[in-house]
Amino acid sequence: MAHYLLSVHSVAGEIREPMTDDEMKESFRQIGILEAEMKSSHSLVLSGRLHEPDTATVVRISNGEVLTTDGPFAESKEHLGGFYIIEADNLDAALAWATKVSKTIKRPIEVWPFVDVRS
Amino acid sequence: MFGADVHPDGSAAFPVGETVVSRIFREEYGRSVASLIRAFGDIDAAEDAVQEAFAVALRKWPGDGLPPNPGGWITTTARNLAIDRQRREARGRELLREVAVLLPQKDDPGTAKEVGAVEDDRLRLIFTCCHPALSTEAQVALTLRLLGGLSTEEVARSFVVAEATMAQRIVRAKRKIKAARIPYRIPEVHELPDRLRPVLAVVYLLYNAGPPTPAEPDLRRQAIRLARVLSTLMPNEPEVAGLLALLLLTESRRASRSRPDGSLVLLGEQDRTRWDRALIEEGQAIVRRYRRHGPPGPYMLQAAINAVHADAATVQQTDWSQIVALYDQLFAVSPTPVVALNRAIAIGEVQGPTAALRLVNELDLGDYYPFHATRADLLWRLGRADEAAAAYERAAALAPTKAERDFLKLGGRADVIKEAGR
Repeated sequence: MAHYLLSVHSVAGEIREPMTDDEMKESFRQIGILEAEMKSSHSLVLSGRLHEPDTATVVRISNGEVLTTDGPFAESKEHLGGFYIIEADNLDAALAWATKVSKTIKRPIEVWPFVDVRS
Repeated sequence: MFGADVHPDGSAAFPVGETVVSRIFREEYGRSVASLIRAFGDIDAAEDAVQEAFAVALRKWPGDGLPPNPGGWITTTARNLAIDRQRREARGRELLREVAVLLPQKDDPGTAKEVGAVEDDRLRLIFTCCHPALSTEAQVALTLRLLGGLSTEEVARSFVVAEATMAQRIVRAKRKIKAARIPYRIPEVHELPDRLRPVLAVVYLLYNAGPPTPAEPDLRRQAIRLARVLSTLMPNEPEVAGLLALLLLTESRRASRSRPDGSLVLLGEQDRTRWDRALIEEGQAIVRRYRRHGPPGPYMLQAAINAVHADAATVQQTDWSQIVALYDQLFAVSPTPVVALNRAIAIGEVQGPTAALRLVNELDLGDYYPFHATRADLLWRLGRADEAAAAYERAAALAPTKAERDFLKLGGRADVIKEAGR
């Protein structure tokens, strides 16, 4: 068993077609079904959706002093928008979950293995 | 690699034995490594053990004679060596935890029952090497290294890359297989469209791998050998058969495709009596066999186009309308500008150069030298000599090899031009 981060990225300034209320409801319903499936197969460790990147704050130690600044940390256009941490036998099993997530939320999913702490 | 790394003292005491062992190495390496990876779940351990087994073979076989089944002997010896090594290394550690990454389940590594599953192991290895999570470069390098038995140095030479660069590429790919736990398995039917695509692309790329280096004939042989293995193991996949047929039919023209000085000969000007009839018949038989297997994919369509060319004793006898129909189908499943260019050329043979030039001029292929060469040829046929010369020059400036540049500078029609100059 290994752990994988399935991440969804948002692109700053990207305009997406706004969803109608019905579409939104349907989308949440499908995500709910998928997450229930992940839970019942004991694959889901944690999931979450993040606020916009400008809501992030960065803390760093500079010359022994705490320095707090506005975020996000990475100055890129793409930011983490949400994630699943799942447990799977191997990459193919993780990719199968990623395929389902991608079909449901209609966004690309990045699959990234965690370092196995036992090794 | 083998001669250099493994030969104990470099002496020529058994030159025949060494040649035989080298040949067996090429033929059996991939099979043995594939079997050992499944048994031990670790690529490096499998490679080390198989190489060590060949070193033992080099010492023993010259005196003892060849065993009845050399490949089986190598696999068994390699497995025993790997077990010995694991026992040594596993002492004081939890057994095999780290090397179990690729194992489908927690089998005792020493008792894997691989009889009958050996061919499946090679298929597993191909799908692992060509997993879409790896870059194309990594896929190609791993396939040649693990299935073809080429040394890192040989793989590097084949692609005109520094050995250190290639070594790093292979190490990184193996690290990703371990870190991401890319499994050692044959994909299920519903995964195949996504998974077979890179496998076929890698084999096709091997066949067409870049510049003509001394390693090139070996790469072509490797590609055809892999295509044969795949089509034997996956007889129900028409595109696998299509790829094999395409490679066989392309290979059938190899002898007539270039002159002794390396310059190219156009399809229409090749000496067709030098085409390899055995390869043509094998390729055409495959195309016929899969004719009723549903709508053909891009490899089978390209094979079918080549099969039609192979049927014609002269270029004038070519069934061009059949070729146009096949290009129409190919463009429908694979709408690339390069397919459009070839389709336009075929249309030119049926409707004349004016129709073809109209289609060619619409294509956005300014960096692709065959585009300019095609335009040049069509313009020449239309009597627009100045424009043709300019197009040949642009083609020559973009052509990757000297032979192709020389060929294009002569207008691709050396004889015609010489004739005109008389």
